[in-house]
Amino acid sequence: MTIHLIGLGKAVFIWGLALMCVPILIWFERKGAAFIQDRVGPNRASILGVRLAGFIHNFSDVVKLLTKEMMVPAHANKWYFMLAPFVGITVILFAFAVIPWADNFRFGGWDIPMQVTSLNGGILFILAITSLEVYGVVLAGWSSNNKFSLLGGLRSSAQMVSYEVPLALSLIGVFMVFGTVQLGEIVTGQGNLLFGFLPKWGIFVQPLGFILFLTSVFAETNRNPFDLPEGESEIVAGYHTEYSGIRFALFYVGEYVAIVLGAAMVTTLFFGGWQIPYLPTARLISNAPMVLKVMLIFGAIVSLAAGAALVVYDKRLRGTWPKGDLRNQEGRILATVAFLMFAAHLVAIAYFWSIDMPDWGRATVALLAQIGAFVVKLLFFCWLFIWVRWTLPRFRYDQLMRLGWKTLLPLAFVNILITGLVLLLVDRAGS
Amino acid sequence: MVTIHHFMVLSAVLFFIGVFGVLFRRNLIVIFMSIELMLNAVNLSFVTFARYTQSMDGHVVAFFVMALAAAEAAIGLAILVMIFRNRATVQADDLSLMRD
Amino acid sequence: MELVVFYTLAGFSVVGALLMVTRKSPLAGALALVVSMAALAGLFAMLHAEFVFILQILLYAGAIMVLIIFTIMLLNLSPKELKERPVGKVKGLIIFAATVAGFLGFLRVLLMLPEGVPYVAPTFGNIEEVGALMLSSYMFPFEVISVLLLVAIVGIVVLAKKSI
Repeated sequence: MTIHLIGLGKAVFIWGLALMCVPILIWFERKGAAFIQDRVGPNRASILGVRLAGFIHNFSDVVKLLTKEMMVPAHANKWYFMLAPFVGITVILFAFAVIPWADNFRFGGWDIPMQVTSLNGGILFILAITSLEVYGVVLAGWSSNNKFSLLGGLRSSAQMVSYEVPLALSLIGVFMVFGTVQLGEIVTGQGNLLFGFLPKWGIFVQPLGFILFLTSVFAETNRNPFDLPEGESEIVAGYHTEYSGIRFALFYVGEYVAIVLGAAMVTTLFFGGWQIPYLPTARLISNAPMVLKVMLIFGAIVSLAAGAALVVYDKRLRGTWPKGDLRNQEGRILATVAFLMFAAHLVAIAYFWSIDMPDWGRATVALLAQIGAFVVKLLFFCWLFIWVRWTLPRFRYDQLMRLGWKTLLPLAFVNILITGLVLLLVDRAGS
Repeated sequence: MVTIHHFMVLSAVLFFIGVFGVLFRRNLIVIFMSIELMLNAVNLSFVTFARYTQSMDGHVVAFFVMALAAAEAAIGLAILVMIFRNRATVQADDLSLMRD
Repeated sequence: MELVVFYTLAGFSVVGALLMVTRKSPLAGALALVVSMAALAGLFAMLHAEFVFILQILLYAGAIMVLIIFTIMLLNLSPKELKERPVGKVKGLIIFAATVAGFLGFLRVLLMLPEGVPYVAPTFGNIEEVGALMLSSYMFPFEVISVLLLVAIVGIVVLAKKSI
């Protein structure tokens, strides 16, 4: 029974992580786009005066989408029309079952792997799930009785199917180097040191594979520069033109969850996943009190700096809104919160300064440090997706297909060849 | 406890539903999908025998059958599209060029 | 518990297969077949065939059925074109009787199979073992299949061209 509860807890955790990243991503997208385009971005929505630099817009968006009229176009195939967004969002969430977010949690007699399940197929499972993603797009495009939707749906699914091939082939190099398809073991393998000083991260052993994989993931998630099938001003909105309300929200969230999945795969395979460079788990556990103190001091400094910055912000803000508007108070509220967090950190430092940490405490500190590393890398790659979107222009459809079949595929084969040769030579030199 | 009989009966049922599809339906696409269903039923029976005789040969053969089915599906569909382009129909009855 | 899982998955496969052969619209049939294949993938997982389970979803449900659905959408048949001439009654009855006889004969042979459930090692069905087998005993079919796939690709490109 405990096993099932632990599994359920892990599933809730990873789904919560994936879905919590979505509002953050939407905020990144809007503010990031504004920053790149040299403008301010959304900053009006507020709750009791607190605007959080535009983060509250996520909540107002949710309310808007929930209250919009959900219409089904005339002469559209109702069943498939309503099925498509559900397929889109459900299937993509299954792929998070094999992503590891920390090393095994060991204390007492327990040894819990921090992955929902460790399937023997490993990455192949994620590839299988991405190949099922095509159904959401194809059904949506076909069932809305709309030529733009049909064209967008067919193009998008052809693109997704075409780029699955370089996606899978670019991973073969990774399998050859680490000798396994299971994600947990690949991440553990990235803890070793290469040449004595470089961590054996995927990007150092497979640079070409990384570039191919990143490009293919951009194409798989229909993300700029490969977003012709859904780009506005080209084809209205492609396969989700006719969707409104909750159904559109499901497509939108599904797209961002796919971005989170792509970022998670890139960090797990090429950037060491939850590994902190030069700090393997054993060293983390034996130095746990030091690690905890460092984290708490860092948190205290950050909240103090934030509090000071917010005090300056409050001085600038006061009086810029009309009298009685709650948004005047925002600086004061946020500064109070920041100083409270600083105080909490000081209390925690005082408490943990001279405490004798039990086994489970050390394991928990190591766990939290590794989850923190994973989340930081994940968010960095999500930001990379957004950065590339607002920097590069989009490909024309025939250029896109030509890139997939005539450039990426041969390069993937060359990568496999070179990897094989290098491994053979290294083996021969070693033995 | 699930024995070999459960899986074999299921495999047989699926195979015969496929046979019905090929013999009774006139639409070429449905005939094609019924052939795929028959291949799946055979895969199930290969893997069942592999499990109950503890040898992995059944899995390897199932892998080859799947690769073959993929190649055959692609070619069959290309032929189907060409037939549709030439004769504007996918009913098997209308494709007979010989006199009744 | 295992029986419940088996019957649920088997139910989905059989119902999906039946829907596929009875629906007039091929798209509904194709989607029913996808459900049936996903249920079959679950059955493969029950049989400890972990690699074949992933391959079933990756290849069959994810690639072959997508190809079939593309073709169905490309052809875009109207209800008039989908009308089929039913098989004659006498012919239908003979086919039905023959297949049922075949099925019953198969069942009779099936009952001769042994009952036990032998133990399988935890590494049964692993991708490493399938790979090892494929590169040792099944090396020749492995190479032949790669040539076959190449022939298929070239053939399809030639078939689909408007003018060679």
